Amino acid sequence: MNAQAPNSFKNGPDEEGQFGIFGGRFVAETLMPNILELDDAYATAKKDPDFQKELDYLNKHYTGRPSPLYFAERLTEYLGGAKVYFKRDELNHTGSHKINNCLGQILLAKRMGKTRLIAETGAGQHGVAAATVAARFGYPCLVYMGAKDVHRQSPNVFRMKLLGAEIESVTAGAGTLKDAMNEALRDWVTNVEDTYYLIGTAAGPHPYPELVRDFQSVIGKEAREQIMEAEGRLPDMLVAAVGGGSNAIGLFHPFLDDENVQIVGVEAGGKGLDGDEHCASLTAGRPGVLHGNRTYLLQDSEGQIEEGASISAGLDYPGIGPEHSWLKDTGRCDYVPIMDDEALEAFQLLCRLEGIIPALEPSHALAEVVKRAPTMGKDQIIVMNLCGRGDKDVHTVGEALGMEL
Amino acid sequence: MTQRMTARFAKLAAENRPAFVTYFMGGDPDFETSVNIMKGLPAAGADVIELGMPFSDPMADGPSIQAAGLRSLEGGQNIPKAFDMVRAFRQDDDETPIVVMGYYNPIYQYGSEKFLQEAKQAGIDGMIIVDLPPEMDEELCIPALSEGLNFIRLATPTTDEKRLPKVLSNTSGFVYYVSINGITGAAAPKPDEVAKSVAHIKAKTDLPICVGFGVRSAEQAASIGKAADGVVVGSAIVSAIADSLDDGKATGKTLTDALAVVSSISEGVRSART
Repeated sequence: MNAQAPNSFKNGPDEEGQFGIFGGRFVAETLMPNILELDDAYATAKKDPDFQKELDYLNKHYTGRPSPLYFAERLTEYLGGAKVYFKRDELNHTGSHKINNCLGQILLAKRMGKTRLIAETGAGQHGVAAATVAARFGYPCLVYMGAKDVHRQSPNVFRMKLLGAEIESVTAGAGTLKDAMNEALRDWVTNVEDTYYLIGTAAGPHPYPELVRDFQSVIGKEAREQIMEAEGRLPDMLVAAVGGGSNAIGLFHPFLDDENVQIVGVEAGGKGLDGDEHCASLTAGRPGVLHGNRTYLLQDSEGQIEEGASISAGLDYPGIGPEHSWLKDTGRCDYVPIMDDEALEAFQLLCRLEGIIPALEPSHALAEVVKRAPTMGKDQIIVMNLCGRGDKDVHTVGEALGMEL
Repeated sequence: MTQRMTARFAKLAAENRPAFVTYFMGGDPDFETSVNIMKGLPAAGADVIELGMPFSDPMADGPSIQAAGLRSLEGGQNIPKAFDMVRAFRQDDDETPIVVMGYYNPIYQYGSEKFLQEAKQAGIDGMIIVDLPPEMDEELCIPALSEGLNFIRLATPTTDEKRLPKVLSNTSGFVYYVSINGITGAAAPKPDEVAKSVAHIKAKTDLPICVGFGVRSAEQAASIGKAADGVVVGSAIVSAIADSLDDGKATGKTLTDALAVVSSISEGVRSART
């Protein structure tokens, strides 16, 4: 199914909140007034120079933006092909790109007069970022996290607690991100009057995919300027990991209409696409409706959602942001899977060659770079989003490699 | 409205009593037990039947109905089996309206047109699809109406003045007023607030208003039924089924326990206006 290519890839979503057939507002009636209120609040905020000014200030002085665009010289030499640059969002305050979105949304919550925050988290990076802005702006914050993720991302659980957030461990289903999101939606529908739901990825009902993308697009806007400064031209390829897809859409979006820039999203292939232990919804799923939007999903033939599996908690989600589904169908972006073991190898490679411990999520993107760079010319350029640091993953990696910590 | 739905609410209006709308999860804990529960509902006092269709991720449901959905999926329930249940029921009862209730994705995967045609043929009168608000009417609501099926909409305490007309447009059969902000089986609704909301919605529509979410006892049903045209009970029935099971399997008590709860709450509904 290939959707028709539009004149511009940057105009979505339409008035119904759809990117082609993807997106929309598939939520219970109780939530509709809130979602429409958020839509209004965001439309007003976008036009308000003070809103952007406050966000820019926080991005610069609180997060430490712009994040550097780093030429990975030793990795480039090792791979022997294209020049590899990293957009270093792992150097942000809180350790990942998630803070970009949380700062934007907390400002919206404040404008809307909401007094309580809830969030879902997989790897815990979004949970930490949400807990961080909650502390900074004086909000109580409840983070829903799958029980399996609470276990494998325990450093982040502790960080959230230090920041004053409450953690609700969700045991339903496989105890991962999907189940955490179900519980967060149930909380929201129950506490709809005072609660702001701070969704962490570019998915969920409209306007979330749009506003999360916009807040994350600071990544791509900076990268564009930085690569022009460093190389005097745009890159040949962008690579980013996709779980829900927020770091990827943030890097990709400002480049979507630059047709000479090839764009590659990397999904979690888990233990391989033959079985059911993967999270490659774009490669192996089909369109369906979950968590407020129509998008590619891992599901059985009867439309029951399947549990994903990945060594990376942040990619362990059976869906994907709706804009990525549309970018896949229009052919603008390519999406490929990377297996657990490939990501682990890339993780170790980066530690040793560049002195950077990456999170397991961007390790998937890196594994794709490792495959592609050698096939490209030395005059070509890849920009990869190094969207999170790996401190949180040392236990998981230690376990996978059979190392004693 | 379908003939069955119109006739049923006209009859109840003539008797000056609210409808007792009973929800249960189709296929919980197995197909045969579930068909027997369904067949027993009218004699136990049900005026309208809501047949739950399971979904792996029921984001508007509380723990009882979540668990029932999982048991039902475990037992192999799916859309064709829900239709089989309705056909079996219709062999003995062609008057009680049946409304299927669930989430959109299984229907979307089945094919909306195919679903609607087969639902109609099986003897289903309408549907409540939790995650299809008016903004998404093109998906299933409008096709359902042209197929002659009711599309029953949920109105909630957050449905304000501005939004109510939108919720009522394209609604048919009855309006399901969700009495609390929250998930199924949660807090109990406050009867006087419910009465106010029902009056408010009634001023804007001729459709019957049925009230649900959080109604668990005969007393609650009686007080809600004073103002409402119908009282919906779900989690209480589903919990009675759950409590009767042994290791997730039906026992000798399952059918009788489920219908006993229905009978007991039915008395409350029937005493609402006496």
